[in-house]
Amino acid sequence: MIPVSFDYLAPTTLDEALAALAEHGEDAKVLGGGQSLLPVLRMRLNAPEVVVDLGRIEELRGIREDGDTVVIGAMTTYADVLADATVTEHIALLHKAIAEVADDQIRHRGTVGGAIVHADPAGDVGPAVLALDAEMVIAGPGGRRTVGAADFFTDLFETAVGEGEVLVEIRLPKHTGWGAHYEKFVRVSHQWSIVAVAATVRAEGGTIAEAKVALANMGATPLRAKATEVALTGQPATDVAVREAAASAADGTNPPSDLNGDADYRRHLATVLTRRAVLAAAGS
Amino acid sequence: MAKISVKVDGVTYSDDVEARMLLVHYLRESLGKVGTVVGCDTSNCGACTVHLDGRSVKSCNMLAVQADGHEVTTIEGLADGDTLHPVQQAFHDCHALQCGYCTPGMIMQATSFLKDNPTPTEHEVRVGMEGNLCRCTGYHNIVRAVLAAAGEGGGSQ
Amino acid sequence: MTAVAERTALEIGAPRKRKEDQRLITGRTRWTDNIQLPGMLHLAMVRSPFAHANVTAIDTEAAKQAEGVVAVITGADIAATQGACANAWPVTTDQKTPAHLPMVVDHVACTGEIVAAIVARTAALARDAAELVDVTYEELPAVLDAKEAVDDTVLAHPDLGTNTTAVWTLDSAGQGTGGHVDDAIAEARVDGIVIERDYRQQRLIPAFMEPRSTVVDPTGEQITIWSSTQVPHILRFLIAATTGIPESKVRVIAPDVGGGFGGKLQTTPEEFITLAAARQVRKPVKYTETRSESLVSAHHGRDQYQHLTLAATKDGTVTGLKVELIANLGAYVALVGGGVPVLGAWMFNSIYKFGSYRFTTRNVLTNTPWVDAYRGAGRPEATYAIERLMDELAVAVGVDPLAIREQNWITHEEFPFTTVAGMTYDSGNYEAATARAKEIFGYDALRVEQKRRRDDLDPVQLGIGISTFTEMCGLAPSRVLGSLNYGAGGWENAAIRMLPTGKVEVITGTSPHGQGHETAWSQIVADRLGIPFEDIEVLHGDTAVSSRGLDTYGSRSLVVGGEAVVRAADKVVEKAKVVAAHLLEASEADLEFVGGRFGVKGTDKGVGIAEIATAAFTSHNWPEGVEPSIDAEATYDPVNFSFPHGTHLCAMEVDTETGATTMRKYVCVDDIGQIINPLIVEGQVHGGLVQGIAQALWEEAVFDDNGTLVTGSFVDYTLPTSADTINYESEHTTSPSTTNTLGTKGVGEAGTIASTPAVVNAVVDAVRHLGINDIRMPLSPERVWRAIRDAGSAATGDTP
Repeated sequence: MIPVSFDYLAPTTLDEALAALAEHGEDAKVLGGGQSLLPVLRMRLNAPEVVVDLGRIEELRGIREDGDTVVIGAMTTYADVLADATVTEHIALLHKAIAEVADDQIRHRGTVGGAIVHADPAGDVGPAVLALDAEMVIAGPGGRRTVGAADFFTDLFETAVGEGEVLVEIRLPKHTGWGAHYEKFVRVSHQWSIVAVAATVRAEGGTIAEAKVALANMGATPLRAKATEVALTGQPATDVAVREAAASAADGTNPPSDLNGDADYRRHLATVLTRRAVLAAAGS
Repeated sequence: MAKISVKVDGVTYSDDVEARMLLVHYLRESLGKVGTVVGCDTSNCGACTVHLDGRSVKSCNMLAVQADGHEVTTIEGLADGDTLHPVQQAFHDCHALQCGYCTPGMIMQATSFLKDNPTPTEHEVRVGMEGNLCRCTGYHNIVRAVLAAAGEGGGSQ
Repeated sequence: MTAVAERTALEIGAPRKRKEDQRLITGRTRWTDNIQLPGMLHLAMVRSPFAHANVTAIDTEAAKQAEGVVAVITGADIAATQGACANAWPVTTDQKTPAHLPMVVDHVACTGEIVAAIVARTAALARDAAELVDVTYEELPAVLDAKEAVDDTVLAHPDLGTNTTAVWTLDSAGQGTGGHVDDAIAEARVDGIVIERDYRQQRLIPAFMEPRSTVVDPTGEQITIWSSTQVPHILRFLIAATTGIPESKVRVIAPDVGGGFGGKLQTTPEEFITLAAARQVRKPVKYTETRSESLVSAHHGRDQYQHLTLAATKDGTVTGLKVELIANLGAYVALVGGGVPVLGAWMFNSIYKFGSYRFTTRNVLTNTPWVDAYRGAGRPEATYAIERLMDELAVAVGVDPLAIREQNWITHEEFPFTTVAGMTYDSGNYEAATARAKEIFGYDALRVEQKRRRDDLDPVQLGIGISTFTEMCGLAPSRVLGSLNYGAGGWENAAIRMLPTGKVEVITGTSPHGQGHETAWSQIVADRLGIPFEDIEVLHGDTAVSSRGLDTYGSRSLVVGGEAVVRAADKVVEKAKVVAAHLLEASEADLEFVGGRFGVKGTDKGVGIAEIATAAFTSHNWPEGVEPSIDAEATYDPVNFSFPHGTHLCAMEVDTETGATTMRKYVCVDDIGQIINPLIVEGQVHGGLVQGIAQALWEEAVFDDNGTLVTGSFVDYTLPTSADTINYESEHTTSPSTTNTLGTKGVGEAGTIASTPAVVNAVVDAVRHLGINDIRMPLSPERVWRAIRDAGSAATGDTP
């Protein structure tokens, strides 16, 4: 199908983009990589009057190190993240999650920032940035502000990015030396996750010194499995110990029921997949 | 209407297009590049795959205006005159197509994939081609063809 | 034609690469949607969001005023001229058949029905205007499920008075091919084994890759219709029959068609409406559906409830099978919709020797999209049921599932064999195919591994699934179709034109959409005429070129259409022989035809068939009283069906923690008779397998309580990808069909028919020791997990 008619703006600087958004208010829709927005426009589920394409703003692209932090421009494509050695070395979990996003073609166009702002609860980037305690830098008419991942995802397809604002970059604390694994459960490979678990673990000897675990599609937003994280701390990276800790992975979640599974099945999956993700991340 | 300039299969075109026009419709309707086809409306099937600046993308999942200033290669620009690209040749040799509707997208994805990974394993091919649906072949011969093309240097072209 | 038969075949059996490929791999294909004509306009449909409703008002004013709009069409506007979507196969004389108008006039019977259409200058403007059409609906209660339809509480068509369109029965006792099944069951209840099961054939969507498209050009003397269809000839006939346009004024062209699988074996509302629109505006009009439209408005497949009762002796010899179906036909009885479950009637007994058999199908209407042929059409459903039951019987007897099959199947010495359903199988060798499959599969080693995993309480369990299947192909002998009240014959037509330069055009009435007829028919003709493969062009899919034909479906093309090609070629040789005798001044009896050349026996004198074609062009030296042409046409009506068969073995791993299933190995050995092109055959097998596997594991059309299709895009209708499938090991045994010259049996549907039960049997086998004997398709991880959990809690007495 063909989208409704709209006006198209392609600013080349962030300031121009913010000005355009300020001018058009709620009539405007931000176009990132477009891999989620285009299907929505084609199905006419959304009919913006103006589309503001961020694709020509160079300052929103790129990956750099800033001390103990890796900074990823919001318009950096998945493919560019996957090819980046800094990401692989310091935030391996993000690499592993993004490797599972959709397919090759989508990863060539889709952007990290676009996925984060789209905030599909079944998306792969959300749980990774949540587990990695990332911070999102948001620019608006009043300047820039930073929101932690824990506060960023506010509801189904909703984030802290407000009208007239743009996600500029994602700041991810380095987790150098941490093991990482992204366990995605689907029926066919091009599906969104039924449930997915992002886990990153700092192991000392055979012991889990620290673990961070986040879940996809277990509620309206990506969720941290806090109870499991606490239970894992100081435990040996064995099947028995991790199994016990993972049993609480679904605590406090509110998973959906749909074609691919009812909520109770998803709760069960979360525990199994958490165990597998943590063991894999711990290298066991 | 927006003015765009796009190089497609080696030729630069300048056109006024509606902002809402999808790249695939620009290729098919404005340029007559009907080798690239539309198979779905949710970016699942990959039938519309072309190369944008040398990398595979789904041309139904981007606007023509987004291609302004870029270079697009379609299935029609892949062969070197009458000499088929090794991936095209491998699809023919391995009977990797039946109805042929998914074939342009499959071939464009395979060529892009092999550029990134010139010597893939069978498993890597299967995952690398996951964004392209085929209803006829059961993928068996498609996977065979991509592996055969890799052996013939299809990845280095 | 003994001389021809003795020739060494050069082409038949050779793995020729396909002629079709060149245009397809370079993007020079002719899809219907590629067509651009001068002044062409575009059509967009307004579709009902409701499953059941009366249309009380349609306000088209805003749409008419919209930019670029040429016409807005409602059902009332074209009620008299639009024609009808016909049902060609009323399965009983009292079948209730609701009128199926392409565009709704006042009653919507399922979601997606078309209530209005916009003709505009571009497809985008047509879509924009479609959203401005304001339709007032009066919603009616909808019946969606076939079982719920049976009691007529809610009627899909209130004016029909019932949801049951037909009840069709085949009884071995009644037709004299076996005993009374109820007697066999009663006997087995006393001193034997009775297995009673309910299986569900979920609804599937054919999901061909090319969305359907139609272009109608009404500006010439003939109205030309290009359509993405499997059945151009049937479409032309039914347009003439239902619109009143003389058949001679209609030309239908099926250009390159991107897959069908039965899904384009239909005359569709969209085709009729595009025709009506083009006639109204007197300009060429194009309609191309979106994928979302396609999934809801192209016909669906399967959707049956099966109640099965199998009777056997204590040692496992089957004495009777009773089949009671409820088939959901959807909102209308589509082209052959009512006949699809009936086609299964001869296949439930499969390769086995049963003493008694009764089959009944109750065909019901519901407020869902119509259901019709999908790859296999009635036969996969039957094969699934019996192959699942044979596994259950093996468990009841306590023997290996292969042993129970061997105990009951027809042995190769027994052919020809008339089955309890009344079919005469001409040939087959189930022992040979099974032995070979077992060997390739490594059956015994996998059984050992299965036991080890069970003993180790491995969270990943292994199961082996078996499917020994047969099918009836080569649809169909016309007299049989006539006896079944089918509206057409089952013959096929072919013609051969010998061009003056010695090149050949073959015209076939089959209408390929991916099968490779251009290649295979060339191979056949190359051998029969001794003309190089490259010099042969196969023309099809255009009623102006191939005026007679019954198109492509039901694995009929090679068995029926290929035989017509053979016969046309043989007529060419016969005609040419007369001319050769004249040119060589020899008697016909002294001629032999070898390698495309008539030679005078014992001499080196001879003349090539290509030279004779040239001689026909000039006709300067031609025998007296003989018409100056060696062209020929043949129409072939098969004398029987063909019966391919095979043994499929599948190993599945089941992750008992998540319910996820993974295919480990799949082996099939099919007997499809003589193979014309092994490359094409393997392609058909692989593709068929994955469609059948997809029914077992992934696909289902799901509606919500309002009748809205939930699996309405490729996001939710989960087709498998390359990453979800494996490589398949496929081999062949050969027992040629005795009913056609080439000895072919058909291969288009074999993989689909056989693989579904093989996969389900394997998954059930993997978890049977946990107390599970069935899981409903598709075997989603959730369903598998729940089965395991529920079986576990049943065993321990826990509440789930």
